[in-house]
Amino acid sequence: MREFTLIRARSPEQAVQAMTTYPEARLMAGGTTLYDLMKLGVERPSAIVDINAIEQLRAFDTSGARELVFGSLARMSDVAADPRLVKDYPALSESLWRAASQQLRNMASLGGNVLQRTRCAYFRGGEPFACNKRQPGSGCAALDGIDRGHALLGTSPSCIATYPGDFAVALVAFDAVLDVLGPNGVRSIPVEALHRLPGDRPDLETTLAPGEIITRIRVPVTPLGRASTYHKIRDRESYAFALSSAAVALTMNGKRVAQARIALGGVATKPWRARLAEQGLAGRELTIETALAAGFAAFADARAGHHNAFRIELGARTVADALMIAAQRT
Amino acid sequence: MTTGPDPSSLPPQATQVNRREFVLSVLSVAAASGAVGAGQAQAQSMDAALEVHTGGVPLCVVVNGQQQSLTVDPRTSALDLLRERLGLSGAKKGCDHGQCGACTIHVDGRRVVSCLTPALQLEGRRVDTIEGLQRPDGSLHPMQQAFIDHDALQCGYCTPGQIMAAIACVREGNAGSPERIKEYMSGNLCRCGAYNGIVAAIGQAAGDMGKA
Repeated sequence: MREFTLIRARSPEQAVQAMTTYPEARLMAGGTTLYDLMKLGVERPSAIVDINAIEQLRAFDTSGARELVFGSLARMSDVAADPRLVKDYPALSESLWRAASQQLRNMASLGGNVLQRTRCAYFRGGEPFACNKRQPGSGCAALDGIDRGHALLGTSPSCIATYPGDFAVALVAFDAVLDVLGPNGVRSIPVEALHRLPGDRPDLETTLAPGEIITRIRVPVTPLGRASTYHKIRDRESYAFALSSAAVALTMNGKRVAQARIALGGVATKPWRARLAEQGLAGRELTIETALAAGFAAFADARAGHHNAFRIELGARTVADALMIAAQRT
Repeated sequence: MTTGPDPSSLPPQATQVNRREFVLSVLSVAAASGAVGAGQAQAQSMDAALEVHTGGVPLCVVVNGQQQSLTVDPRTSALDLLRERLGLSGAKKGCDHGQCGACTIHVDGRRVVSCLTPALQLEGRRVDTIEGLQRPDGSLHPMQQAFIDHDALQCGYCTPGQIMAAIACVREGNAGSPERIKEYMSGNLCRCGAYNGIVAAIGQAAGDMGKA
């Protein structure tokens, strides 16, 4: 691992100051992604800004009448166990406790989790594999490689790496917003606008500007929360990344869907909101058939590679199952 | 259409540790809600100079009840610190990438994988490893005894991590059923496949730890 300068920040403002002073620095929260990639040699920062001492960012408060507020350094395990989330926003709680292991959830922060890097083996594997995300312009070994776990939606000829996170998918379904502090002050961005499509610059993963740090995640209070779920299909029942997942939230008028939210995980290059599928359900009776139709609508634009076509139907059925689970909670 | 355990049966429970932290959290949200991004906070915190370390970083940490003060290369993992610097080889290096759980230790009472914990993050914290479990009279921790009683290992390489994870699993309140134990122990792999014994051992120790 390359040697690095360590900077400890004790406030969000100090973190921004440090990132401005050391432009090549990387922020480290729980470290579960960054430190791992440093061991692999994929990340080689010359400086690390450790933000774990910023106590104020560990706070979270789910009691608000208008929004749930999460400090970006709140730990996944603590938030997953929050009684209000478990009861009123099961999709948020499930997206956290169905990710990783309890050890990693005790370590990983919400902000870091949202920014989790892809698990593409060609990205993580380093040389000799080409990767436009790791080494811009070098090519993409996944295109003609083992692409069983790679993305079906939002891909480009430069990159088909899957966004692996779960929590951000649930956040996107609930129209959550990030508060960001940077050299020019505070701004807010929808979680949906955080991750970029790979296009021809897959190395540019987010819309965060240099020196910006996520301070808070805010989720609007909504009646959609109660009838929600994060349904995650994996090669094994626990402790694995999603082959496909769906964050779904519903309000019903009797048997008919009043409003539906559908976001997809494990199948796209970023947390993927399926708005056409949502619109197709509004006003319709929810049955296995309409749920499955919504599932396939969510994958209408899917493009399969060599080994991942099975995940289109799997993904559609994941959405359908999620809708039926959510409906039971209305 | 759906298979597997009833999803509603597995969500995490707020433990005692969590409740305490939750209260602290709420208090600091109250304090922070006006402060994050506010000019007053900016002025306040900009006064303090940045803490910058090039080369070795001083580290004070309590390991199994003993205060340790040393200087570490900031690249060092908590696992390498324990094994290479402090001579505590109980925590095992399996994958070294947070995928197997063999290096599980407790930091301030919470289970973490020590391979993905930079040692510098242990500053001011309390670390407990498998070596610290035995009681002063030499008797085993109820979880250690339960692993023996249920033959919950074959080669034993994953066992220190399993036991540290299992103790935390019980304390968290996540050992109430075999399904729950399986979900909350999924971060610890056993290539010998002693899982049935491990689940049974945790079930037994969950009762014994409650009595202790």
